[in-house]
Amino acid sequence: MLIIDWKPRFDGGVPARQSGRMGRKDRPIERPAVQADPIFAPTVDRLKATLGVDRGMLLPWLHAVQAEFGYIDDRIVPVVADALNLSRADVHGVVTFYHDFRRQPAGRHVVRLCRAESCQARGGKAIERAAVQKLGVAMGNTRADGQVSLEPVYCLGLCATGPNALVDGMPVSRIDAARLDRLIDQVNA
Amino acid sequence: MTRVFISRDMASVALGADEVARAFVDAGVEVVRTGSRGLFRIEPLVEVEVPDGRTGYGPVGPEDVSAVLAGTHPNRLGDVEAMPFFVGQQRFTFARCGVIDPLDMDAYAAQGGWVGLDAARAMVPAEVVAVVRDSGLRGRGGAGFPTGIKWQTVLAAPGPEKFIVCNADEGDSGTFADRLLMEGDPFCLIEGMAIAGHAVGADYGYVYIRSEYPFAVATMRDAISRSADRVAPFRLEVRVGAGAYVCGEETALLDSIEGRRGQVRAKPPLPAIKGLFGKPTVINNVLSLAAAPFILSHGASAYADVGFGRSRGTMPIQIAGNVRNGGLYEVGFGVTLGELVNGIGGGTESGRPVRAVQVGGPLGAYFPPSMFHLPFDYEAFAAAGGLIGHAGLTVFDDTVDMAGMARFAMEFCAAESCGKCTPCRIGSTRGVETVDRIIAGDRIDENLEILRDLCDTMKFGSLCALGGFTPYPVLSALEHFPEDFGGVSAFATAAE
Ligand SMILES: Cc1cc2nc3c(=O)[nH]c(=O)nc-3n(C[C@H](O)[C@H](O)[C@H](O)COP(=O)(O)O)c2cc1C
Ligand code: SF4
Ligand code: FES
Repeated sequence: MLIIDWKPRFDGGVPARQSGRMGRKDRPIERPAVQADPIFAPTVDRLKATLGVDRGMLLPWLHAVQAEFGYIDDRIVPVVADALNLSRADVHGVVTFYHDFRRQPAGRHVVRLCRAESCQARGGKAIERAAVQKLGVAMGNTRADGQVSLEPVYCLGLCATGPNALVDGMPVSRIDAARLDRLIDQVNA
Repeated sequence: MTRVFISRDMASVALGADEVARAFVDAGVEVVRTGSRGLFRIEPLVEVEVPDGRTGYGPVGPEDVSAVLAGTHPNRLGDVEAMPFFVGQQRFTFARCGVIDPLDMDAYAAQGGWVGLDAARAMVPAEVVAVVRDSGLRGRGGAGFPTGIKWQTVLAAPGPEKFIVCNADEGDSGTFADRLLMEGDPFCLIEGMAIAGHAVGADYGYVYIRSEYPFAVATMRDAISRSADRVAPFRLEVRVGAGAYVCGEETALLDSIEGRRGQVRAKPPLPAIKGLFGKPTVINNVLSLAAAPFILSHGASAYADVGFGRSRGTMPIQIAGNVRNGGLYEVGFGVTLGELVNGIGGGTESGRPVRAVQVGGPLGAYFPPSMFHLPFDYEAFAAAGGLIGHAGLTVFDDTVDMAGMARFAMEFCAAESCGKCTPCRIGSTRGVETVDRIIAGDRIDENLEILRDLCDTMKFGSLCALGGFTPYPVLSALEHFPEDFGGVSAFATAAE
């Protein structure tokens, strides 16, 4: 009964079941109370009003946070957890499970290049090699100057006209050497 | 004033349709943006309205406006529907896709929209379920489970609250039919979900769309708000995935909607009994739900009369990869693989010989041309060691390295595993390493044996089809293309 009623709130009062590990019963875990970082407060207030605080809304919340800040800052995780009445571990677990959620800011431009089978059948691997070389960034990374991130994506549903990419959210098909060059000029500009 | 029709589908836009549309608008022409008809070789396609129909030109660029309007453009196609790629199709589900403005409610109604929903609502729920059962419709998401039986289970499940969930995660490479329909005829899916809602007693639905489909998300959201009154009291909303392939698995998808990591649940309980938020839930693929309006408006037998063996009705087949006429081809089951690849698909785009076709996405088997006699049918493909899955075909020419493709299958499984079972989580990583050793020529026979053994463990020790079916592409590549795995090994032949 107690356990069912127990809600993970980080107010310092740690239930007995949660105290320490392996016999260190007398030492409560330090958990600071959630202090909404002022930069996140307006967003969180807005999301509470627009999306509500149902736990089922966690993905929409995270998408909205990422849309606003460009990534999901570790410092907003406890704030979101608090708003939705979840544990930080819950929210952290979700953020890290899904490939879309980034924990670091992306480059100013994002090139998501398709790596899946149909694009491979149309020369995708060679385009990937050329993109890595010409952009000067490894797959899955952001270039040191912060200008561009190159990310893998597994199928964009454009499989008859690959190799394909999403460049800053816009789809590009039939990428050959010439189109790649244009695309690179665009993200370097 | 002249009217032209130009697709706003993501594939058409990726090929430049927006620039073309803008050029026509700038020239003072009325432009209607439609979905795509589904033949990408002719995109961007412009269809000019003429007294007796439409005249197509494609592909065209923004510089071609005057030549198209003058009728002198060399890429004149005439009546697009009369092209060989289209005359052979049986467009039950995709009848309106590429023809109408996808968000035009009047055009939808004028082209037979809502007839199925009205017919369903004139029946009691059990009758609707019976019609769907009699149509022989099987789930188009991959497993081919009879839709009518699923609906019957949810109808019979007690409880005041039930849900309809549409699986629009479409993660398989080589597939795009769900996307095409959501962008090209969203009301059809909404109507199908409302029919399902009436059939099982659910008044709320979710459409779970992968984040890689931003156009589909926007179109569905718009269409849902436009049609809210028409489908009331049924209500629905879009949820957007976050780049996890495994969330296409139905129970992982439910967890994702609930705001959790997309981890596969053990079954039972079936989602039909205990699904979303623990409530009885119909979860169906986009194409399964979108087939319902046709079935309800034309009757079960109109659908069931088409098909092959126990695979009834039509399948929107997606021809992709290195192929000349890539696109969506909706036709009754039974057409052979060779007809699809060489006949309709026109062979490879590169002009080189076809070497392999992967059928059914990343968990599907690779077939060589010697198996092109296979009829497109759930049972025939299962018997041949494969699956039709969501009916995507990925064509490869003779430059493909099949050991590389086997490696990719393992790599993909490792990247996308939900982590619940060891054979899938760890086995796939071991699989990549083993294939690497084979490619490097390191103790080939021994490593082939390890690879087969590993595939066996994954097949029988995995909770869901991600770990369980990854062996299909790996073993089929090994079986049909042994020469790519360090030559025809004496051991590999002996082990058959
Ligand atoms: C790893 C994995 C991925 C899947 N991906 C999808 C998908 O993207 N779309 C889909 O409709 N079904 C997918 N499925 C199948 C679903 O689990 C489920 O069978 C389907 O949604 C049921 O709907 P249907 O009966 O209409 O086919 C996937 C299954 C697995 C194991
Ligand atoms: S087979 Fe893989 S994806 Fe499926 S439940 Fe097991 S670990 Fe998760
Ligand atoms: S495989 Fe690249 S878009 Fe589908």
